[in-house]
Amino acid sequence: MSVGQLLRRRETSILIAIIVLVVVATSKNNGFTFSNDGFRDLMLAPALLVLLAVGQSIVIITRNVDLSVSSVLGIVAFATGKWFIGVPDIPIIVVILLGVLFGALLGAINGLLVTIVSVPSLVITLGTLYIIRGITVTWAGSERINASEMPKPFLALGTAKVGPVPLLALIALAVVVVAAVYMGFARGGRELYAIGSEPEAARLCGLPVARRTFFAFVLSGTLAGLAGVLFAARYATVASNAGTGLELQAVAAAVIGGVAIFGGSGTVAGAALGAVLLATIDRALPILGIPDFWQQAVVGALIIGAIVLDRVLAQRNARRLTSTSVRDHVQPPPALTVGGAR
Amino acid sequence: MSAAGAGVTAPMLEVHDLAKHFGPVIALSHGELEVRAGEIHALIGENGAGKSTLVKILAGVYQPTSGTLLLGGQPFAPRTPAEARDAGVAVIYQEPTLFPDLSVAENVFMGRMPKAGAFVSRREMRRRTSELLALLGVEIDPDRPALGMSIADQQLVEIAKAVSLDARVLVMDEPTAALSGVEVERLFAVARQLRDRGAAVVFISHRFDEIFSLCDRITVMRDGAHVATENVADTTPPEVVRQMVGRSVDTLFPRTERTPGETVLSVRGLSRAGVFADIDLDVRAGEILGVAGLVGSGRSEVVRAVFGIDRYDSGTVTMQGAALPAADPEGAMRRGLALVPEDRRKQGLHVDLSVARNIALTLRWQIGRLGLISPGAEYREAETWAAALQVKARDLDTVAGTLSGGNQQKVVLAKWLSTKPTVLIIDEPTRGIDVGTKAEVHRLLDELAGQGVAIIMISSELPEVLGMSDRVLVMHEGRVTAVLDRADADAETVMAAATGVAA
Repeated sequence: MSVGQLLRRRETSILIAIIVLVVVATSKNNGFTFSNDGFRDLMLAPALLVLLAVGQSIVIITRNVDLSVSSVLGIVAFATGKWFIGVPDIPIIVVILLGVLFGALLGAINGLLVTIVSVPSLVITLGTLYIIRGITVTWAGSERINASEMPKPFLALGTAKVGPVPLLALIALAVVVVAAVYMGFARGGRELYAIGSEPEAARLCGLPVARRTFFAFVLSGTLAGLAGVLFAARYATVASNAGTGLELQAVAAAVIGGVAIFGGSGTVAGAALGAVLLATIDRALPILGIPDFWQQAVVGALIIGAIVLDRVLAQRNARRLTSTSVRDHVQPPPALTVGGAR
Repeated sequence: MSAAGAGVTAPMLEVHDLAKHFGPVIALSHGELEVRAGEIHALIGENGAGKSTLVKILAGVYQPTSGTLLLGGQPFAPRTPAEARDAGVAVIYQEPTLFPDLSVAENVFMGRMPKAGAFVSRREMRRRTSELLALLGVEIDPDRPALGMSIADQQLVEIAKAVSLDARVLVMDEPTAALSGVEVERLFAVARQLRDRGAAVVFISHRFDEIFSLCDRITVMRDGAHVATENVADTTPPEVVRQMVGRSVDTLFPRTERTPGETVLSVRGLSRAGVFADIDLDVRAGEILGVAGLVGSGRSEVVRAVFGIDRYDSGTVTMQGAALPAADPEGAMRRGLALVPEDRRKQGLHVDLSVARNIALTLRWQIGRLGLISPGAEYREAETWAAALQVKARDLDTVAGTLSGGNQQKVVLAKWLSTKPTVLIIDEPTRGIDVGTKAEVHRLLDELAGQGVAIIMISSELPEVLGMSDRVLVMHEGRVTAVLDRADADAETVMAAATGVAA
């Protein structure tokens, strides 16, 4: 890939935006980067959103959407606490696996509903967003799981570091790398792109459309489940409203990261960078003294800007690609004698 | 491929008494086809003859209602496109089905990409794609996305895909519709090469010159059933045309005697690069001008340009002596032009709105008061027209999308007739509607002409064109190839002009 192509990639421009933001925020307040907490939060804050954005971008690439991820995260986070309370000696690794499986199960329900009932995923997952949240609220009531109710080693995971890097950030990074390799280089990943690019063509060339779409939802649920467990470890308190609103942040991260909302293009890495940018904005804008309202508006402007940019680039690209292959299909007709044999 | 040594007589593909029903609609009633290894077999028939349905059954897209398929002598019942492909059946569809966001190489190998270890081997995929494209003699970068490629190039990628499958049976559904002469020649060379390697090739086309130069045998279909299978050497284009259309123009077409008045709409030298060229057309008050031609011959594009929906590059449109401005449908409507489009559900009808609202939509300025439309006025207008056309709906609040095809068409007609047009352009007036309603639509068109409306009627159904028209204009590949008076127009002359054959 040439330098020019690299510069034109969405990932590059987002990375530059993140760096600029960090530099500006740091110049205003040294502690943003150069303090123990600051440096840690720089990488820790986006970790959970990155997990959700990776799952979300894979679902969006198949021309679907998964709005239920925040509720999945919430119920798994709450369940994590309940498991520790209910089975005092339960090993941490079992809880993590249970949480991931729980998320996968909820993702499978979404996947089944989308592929079998063939109702648009926007509707299905909007429904499960409310249903799962409703179950969590009923289950939790006003109960709140506190740090004292979960084992210390588990809570330590939330802030543990490997060298200077937080463990959560490493987990997120590992997920991004695995997902990016799969989407870019495995048959299954390329087929997910094909399904989102042109569903009818995917069917005609014999791709297992339903199975792959189902898989995308299971993956999204799994990552939301993992994020749920890590949420409990990171924040140490879980109430019934844990994670509320994260689903739209995940969609926003994917869109800002260059994932086309109608599927077929964009990368997992772009979505992950989009998530990092959103989380960094969240932390940087207060330091820059920008009022709360404007922080929301900046995110909104970014989303619209990203989509307008996509549109403009797509049109320019289409023009460039078309101009090389235009030809005149009309040929003069052969001579015609009217009044043939009767 | 094992078939190379089998000689030219072994049937590779056999289709017996194949039928496909979609609810009450019978798309295919009696499909018969026998294709031998090492032959190119033409499949020909009018639009709606059942060719595409048969092909989709072979491809595993549709499941047959009844009948048997044999592939290489073994029973063959593909339930999915993947099964058909794995059994060795490759299909090139009329409309390219590519993934715009993916590269050409990925498009060619989608569903069966070469792997190196756990991952797709892009290098291998690129190399093989380059080879295939070289075989077809085209220069397309395997790494470019399919987005923005011309239809011809997309078609070539489809062909590369089918060739790469090394299929036992290769079906090409009008592969040449968008290709230039050189590209067609290359495609033929590839088809012959595949045939010589022992593949059974099914070639669907409307171009007789191609069929007669390329194919070994020919099967003709009509109205969902097999008509004849013959050696190409033993038949002639006029004979085939007769077999294709061979039905009488029956009582479906009520037609009263008419005396056309003055020319009201006149088109001269209308051209649009790559779509149509040098179109001359006149239509007089009180006559029906039938426009015949194959799908893709540019008929709909011409009338869309005349009405102002699409632009045109050169030429003039004159209505009642004054030039009609280009690209101004509202202006055209004000001057008394109406266009009932081809695709009822997409272009003609607002399927989610009520019957009343649909009919009154074109009238919203006339019946509006202070910019608001009173439901009462809407109803009065809609009632008049719904009654005149005998729209069968529970009431005028019924959502238009829930009506039958025939009644939907009546609603669309009512909508345009309520503007009281001088010239009515109607594209495929009876596509997909039942026989009874068809006759009603025909009666209505006849009445309108009797009242002095000039009608341009595009139709792919030959009996309709012949039965309803005062004159028939025939198009072939974007040009007018014949304008025939009623007396001179018969199935053979029209089909000959539509396929560009000298009969």
